[in-house]
Amino acid sequence: MATAAGRLRRAWEAPNILAHIFATVDHKQIGMRYMVTAAVFFAEGGINAIVMRSQLAVPENTLVSPNRYNQMFTLHGTVLIFFFATPMVVGGFGNYLVPMMIGARDMAFPRLNAFSYWVFLFAGMMMYSSFFVGKAPDGGWFAYVPLTGPKYTPGLNLDVWALSLIFLGISTTAAAVNFIVTIFRLRAPGMSINRMPLFVWGILATSGAIIFALPPLTVGAALLEFDRKFGTQFFNPNGGGSVLLWQHLFWIFGHPEVYILFLPAVGIVSTIIPTFARTRLVGYMFLALATVSIAFISFGVWVHHMFATGLNPIALNFFGAAGMSITIPSGIQIFAWIATIWKGNVVWRTPFLFIFGFIILIIMGGFTGVMISLVPLDWQLTDSYFIVAHLHYVLFGGVVFPIFAGFYYWIPKMTGRMMNEKLGKIHFWLLFAAVNITFFPMHIAGLLGMQRRIYTYPSSLGVSDLNMISTVGAWLTAIATIIFLINFVHSVIWGEVAGDNPWHASTLEWATTSPPEPYNFRHIPIVESADPLWDAPPNTGWDTRLEEPAGDRRELYATSVLEPEPQILMVMPEDTYLPLLVALSMALVFVGILLDSMVMIGFGGAFGLLFAAWWFWPQEGMA
Amino acid sequence: MTLPEARQAPLPSYVSGPLQPASLGMLVLIMTEGIFFALLFTTYFYIRSGTQAWPQGAIEPQELALPSVGTFLLLSSSFPLILAEAAIKRGDQLGLRIGLAATFTLGVAFLGLQMYEYANAKFFADENAYASLFFVITGFHSVHVFVGLIMNLFVQARAWRGHFNEKRHLAVQNVSWYWHFVDAVWVFIFLIVYLSPHWYRFGQR
Repeated sequence: MATAAGRLRRAWEAPNILAHIFATVDHKQIGMRYMVTAAVFFAEGGINAIVMRSQLAVPENTLVSPNRYNQMFTLHGTVLIFFFATPMVVGGFGNYLVPMMIGARDMAFPRLNAFSYWVFLFAGMMMYSSFFVGKAPDGGWFAYVPLTGPKYTPGLNLDVWALSLIFLGISTTAAAVNFIVTIFRLRAPGMSINRMPLFVWGILATSGAIIFALPPLTVGAALLEFDRKFGTQFFNPNGGGSVLLWQHLFWIFGHPEVYILFLPAVGIVSTIIPTFARTRLVGYMFLALATVSIAFISFGVWVHHMFATGLNPIALNFFGAAGMSITIPSGIQIFAWIATIWKGNVVWRTPFLFIFGFIILIIMGGFTGVMISLVPLDWQLTDSYFIVAHLHYVLFGGVVFPIFAGFYYWIPKMTGRMMNEKLGKIHFWLLFAAVNITFFPMHIAGLLGMQRRIYTYPSSLGVSDLNMISTVGAWLTAIATIIFLINFVHSVIWGEVAGDNPWHASTLEWATTSPPEPYNFRHIPIVESADPLWDAPPNTGWDTRLEEPAGDRRELYATSVLEPEPQILMVMPEDTYLPLLVALSMALVFVGILLDSMVMIGFGGAFGLLFAAWWFWPQEGMA
Repeated sequence: MTLPEARQAPLPSYVSGPLQPASLGMLVLIMTEGIFFALLFTTYFYIRSGTQAWPQGAIEPQELALPSVGTFLLLSSSFPLILAEAAIKRGDQLGLRIGLAATFTLGVAFLGLQMYEYANAKFFADENAYASLFFVITGFHSVHVFVGLIMNLFVQARAWRGHFNEKRHLAVQNVSWYWHFVDAVWVFIFLIVYLSPHWYRFGQR
């Protein structure tokens, strides 16, 4: 037995430390890297926020210049949406959890997975490095033309924005393809579509949304870059183009993007609630269908970001109503969670506290969302601090709180050690208070007439006290986050040993050791219900065919789609440096485009093709 | 065979065709690429709908003779590829190699015609939005043809090394799916970018 496990480990482990760092294709490693990298971007976006709030603490402040302030709010939005939230929930939690939750040993395309991570890292470095040379994007995170066109924003700032996002789009698309194929084809035998954990449903819906929603951003950013670089006339009305075209393209992407962040977060919530309510989820099928229908409806509501642009009133009514219809599946979700909590017997541990905070904050953000889906009210409130308050309630409450819940819940799986409960509770209550202290006064400031994206305001506006309260709240948020960091470091070193399943949870990732072996499962689980670890003891129901690898091959099954049964024995790729090398070559191409360097583009392109060919040339033993 | 027995039986390896996860991967990639082009076409009609005269300014609708030849070359390039795929499913190595090479040649000829057309265009992309749309839509397509040609070259190299047989030919299948997709996109480009300005002119008379 020991030798069989030893051979499995030898097959799946990285051969040496260098390969472990630069060549690994292990979904767990890649997932944790996504998390750490995204957390660094969270800190950077957070520091921007602290500086901006400090600037706004008192009227007519001069802490940062208007120009720097523009760069800061643009980076704050861009980095937190594109380089923190999406990679954290999709790349981080998705990568770490999805293969284990479906009983697989890796993603369907492990090398593509590594490639996604490296591209994300380099795109983020490209975007953020611009700040340190004073060339950061400064046109807001949705970069409206004509302000961002060649006439009004010369210089590299907006080129950095457009090119980094096109580059990042390659990573996100590759990840979405990978998740769709993984979820459709690698689920363990017996995990039919109605037994998938809801987090997996969330990632599946999000990946589908990415496939349809990312091309508009890519097209928009590419056309903007052509306008800026080659003088095309897409967004210039004097040249026969259209300014509104940009807003349409951006928001056809932008609104689904909100749900691309939100659906995996909701999946985390639906996974954690039954564990701490000690009962099965109420309305599993309703929650799964609500997830899919939210992803679907999100494509029909983009114009609600454009109510104030003078479009046809009938169109505005239609999109207002479509926007409100999102409340139906969202309401189903909220009531299903409340019913589960009601039915169960709640254990108030830290992960559940964050879920509790999430439910309160998302309901508040949802209410203000319904308010601004009313066209006349939106005309009054658009571009005011009311919008800032709304979007932070839904993003901080709706995405960051589930992320923290997920950290407290799954870090024991990743590190093998529990987080400190006392520090966790202090973190929660401080953060929950801080978020409300920061963002609630913004509703009132907005109603009083404070505009978003201004670097200062006169004291005669009567919002000075509200702004001071918000600033105090922002600093408290920073302190709360530092408490989390202390807790994390403390727990990794001195934390209580977790064991395989410290929360007595029901999903398959808890059937692995903590931290999991490189191959996740020695035997492939056979799934008989939606809560496999509650219904079948973890030592029964295993498919033992892959226990002994033939040679040192990495083996797993591809299964059928709806009612998974093994169909093919897959031999998976070894660790390889090629994804890193291809990503580096592509980074060279994009920096070359940015700096008009044909040499860089030429070298990057040539090496990229060479490495890609090497990558796709078959390895020994692979199909 | 009952389910428990089926779960103990050894499984096939090296299966090509739709059973391979990579086939689904290629389909999803083609889907997102399809959305990409669909949005470019939407952009075309959006700008068109906000303009009185089409083409804008002093630009005349494109001459159709050369693009028609290009269309013929590109569409016919799919047939040798279909034959090549059928050949390798029978184990016919020579049929595979000839088919791939024929498709490659037709694709290069198409791309050559496109480059000739760009070089002799009477306007450039910065003239107005119509010109921008013309160059960007056909340009993005040319890039896709170029990528398809590189993929073809790569599969040819593997075919000459004898990597494929009747059971193992996944790369041939995926590369030809991609090529057929790039072909199909061209049909829309020909109808929208080349033909529709003539219809608009006709309607305005």
